[in-house]
Parts: sequence; structure tokens; C-alpha cells
Amino acid sequence: MLTKRIVPCLDIKNGRTVKGVNFVNLIDAGDPVVLAKQYAELGADELVFLDIAATLENRGTTLDMVLKVAEQVNIPFTVGGGISSVEHVDKLLQCGADKVSINSSAVKRPDLINELADKFGSQCVVVAIDAKQINGEWFVHLAGGTIPTDIKLFDWAKEVEKRGAGEILFTSMDHDGTKAGFANEALAYLSETLNIPIIASGGAGSIEHFADTFTKGKSDAALAASVFHFGEIPILELKEALKKQNIPVRI
Amino acid sequence: MKVVIIDYGAGNIKSIQFAFKRLSLDAVLSNNIDEIKAADKVIFPGVGEASSAMKMLKESGLDKVIPTLKQPVLGICLGMQLMCNSSEEGNTKGLGIFDVDVKKFSKAVKVPQMGWNVIYNLNSELFTGIKEKEFMYLVHSFYAENCKEAIATTDYELEYASALQKDNFYGVQFHPEKSSKAGEQILKNFLNL
Repeated sequence: MLTKRIVPCLDIKNGRTVKGVNFVNLIDAGDPVVLAKQYAELGADELVFLDIAATLENRGTTLDMVLKVAEQVNIPFTVGGGISSVEHVDKLLQCGADKVSINSSAVKRPDLINELADKFGSQCVVVAIDAKQINGEWFVHLAGGTIPTDIKLFDWAKEVEKRGAGEILFTSMDHDGTKAGFANEALAYLSETLNIPIIASGGAGSIEHFADTFTKGKSDAALAASVFHFGEIPILELKEALKKQNIPVRI
Repeated sequence: MKVVIIDYGAGNIKSIQFAFKRLSLDAVLSNNIDEIKAADKVIFPGVGEASSAMKMLKESGLDKVIPTLKQPVLGICLGMQLMCNSSEEGNTKGLGIFDVDVKKFSKAVKVPQMGWNVIYNLNSELFTGIKEKEFMYLVHSFYAENCKEAIATTDYELEYASALQKDNFYGVQFHPEKSSKAGEQILKNFLNL
């Protein structure tokens, strides 16, 4: 049986991990390669690297980081942040990234999804969607959730699937950082109306939240950052608890 | 030992090269027919769409070469699918090494299958030291039907062949290069064939 994926997300700036990461016994918690290897050992199913300060100038640094991660890490990883062209994606994949994640650039120019899917295959195209509820309706937001649009979440999700996205990474800005659980109602709706995998993001605070997003939210994967980085939820412990609740996981 | 990874323009093959590097082996990327023929082991990778990958194989004449190879050959993902009789993806005629057809998963399941699933009914020296129901990383929308040449099966919508073998030809649907330690063991086993 296909298992539910646990996906730690690492924020990257100038090729280094940012936000506090508090692992015991790490020589260099700012080194994405060291962290990625550690997560692979601890049982993470996949990793996401998000370049939070992506600019043209530091693109080379990020590519260099991707190459080093690919050399040393034996599980799949996705790279996102500031990606808006086929050429850029080509370089990232050539450096060994398994998937790329696009967000604002896809909203600004939806054809980018088709171009990437045609050239590299849907399997490596993740479309990240940030959304917030306004008067009971979900709207897509840009630039890390700061700029609202008049695009409705569910319309946009259907469109990205049709255009060739292989996966959707949905972040609820209403839940992100709250540690009060994932946006399971919206996630379940996405999962039921679309036929591609959905990654839940935003709101992870406890083991129960992960269980809920896989059962009530029908998510295929769950992404989180701080609860993993600070060791609040050890991945193995999380997976063992999920397994006890008959949620399929890889242990 | 000389390992050649066939480089015909289909997808991310760096990952496979890196995986061998982690096993302290420098695998060579090449589309040179003589170099491929002279290798001790050949990896036939592939990511992307079947008909365009087959077109690239034909343009380089590799479609004629691969079925005549005598050393152990390992097709990975789309590489394995192209070694079959045919694929529903782009109505592609395959290399016909494995006597099986490649079909698309129905809409009863999410497509692509993406993530970790188990392989079982293991029946090959490729899986020495690998336990039944070991987890492997898979990303695919099309599958090879279960058949005589299956050396591993996986369940997603139905039971299908997640690895195939005929003589010196091996094919795996999963990505050993991305499947943690168990995947590395399979690559080691291939090197030991």
C-alpha cells in the first residue's frame, strides 16, 4: 500500500539553512546537506528546500547547494522559491533536484505549468498554493501569503491539475504558524475533487494533527518545519503513532 | 568495474550517478555505442514521456543496440517501461525485451502514484538481502502488468510488476537511487551480478 509521506521543509537563504534548527549533536545546523542527511536517517520520506531569499544573484549558490544535497542524500527532494522559467528548472534538475515547486510565477503565468510538464514530465512539477479564507471562501495569495488575489483556491487547484501539475502543496495561511492543526476541510475537498497527490502544509503542532490530516484531511503527505527542526515531534515517534492508528507509513 | 549510464537526454540521471558515487564507484554517462557495449554493467534510465524518450533512443540508434547487450542491464522507471513490448503512453512500441505491456492506472487512484510503497514476491538475486515488503520510492502513472518475467510486485489499484528480469536484462519501476539504504543495496546487488 502506498504510504503517507512525512516531509520536513527547510528554509534556505544564500545556500544556508535559516530559522533555528535545534538538533542535538549537529556540527553545523546551518548546513543543508548535514541536515538533509540527518532527516533521511531519521525516517523523513522526502524533503523540501525553500529558497526564501531567491534572487538572480544568488541563484548559483542555490544550485551549488542542490548539487551537494543530491550527491549525499538518498531520498527525494523538492526545491522551491523564485523559480519562474524553464531554463532555471532545467538547471535545478540537472543538479539533481527530483522536483521543483512553483507558486507565484504559476499564478502570474499559468502556461509555465504546461511548459514544465511537457518538457520534464508532470512528476517533477509541484504547484504550491498559499490561500486564506475571506468571508468563508478560500482565495489564493501571493508572495508568501502577503498579496491577496481574486482567484478562488478550488478553481485554481483544478486548473493547475489540468495544466499538468503532478502534485499540489497547499498551505493555509490561516493555519500556518498556529500549531493548531491543518486546514483539513479544504484539504479533503481538494483531495476528493482532484486526482493528483495533495501535500498538507501549515498548522502542524502535534502528532494528532498529522493523524487528522491523513484521515479527515485525506492528505497524501504532510509538510512541517519547526516541529521537526526543534525536535518537538521526532519523526520516528510520529510514524509509530500513525501506524498504531492504522495509517500507512514507512518505518 | 566500468558502469555506463546511458545518456540519451531523458530526464535526471545525475541522481543515479551520485548514488553510485556513494557506493564509491564512478559511473560514466555516455551515449557512445562502443562505450556502452564495452561496459561491465549498463544502466538504462528514463524520466518523462515514453514516445519522446523512444524517439530519442531511435535517433541515436540505441534502440537497436540495447536489446543486443550481453552484460547485465538495469532499466530504471521509464527505462524499464521502454524495455517492454509497448506502452499506452503515446501509443509507444517498446524494445520488446520483456514480454509485457505497459498500461495506465485508472482514475480510481491518484495518478501519478507518488511516494513509498512496498515490493513483494521478490524472486531474483537483484534482491539479495532485501526483505519482502521492503519500501521503495516510486513515481509513475503507467505500470507493467504482472507477468511471468516479474521478479517483484507492488500493489496500487492492482498487483503489477514492479521489477522484471529476462536473462541479463533487469528492470525496476521504483527508483533505487532514491530509496534510502534498501535502494543502495539493490544497486550493490546489481554491481555484484
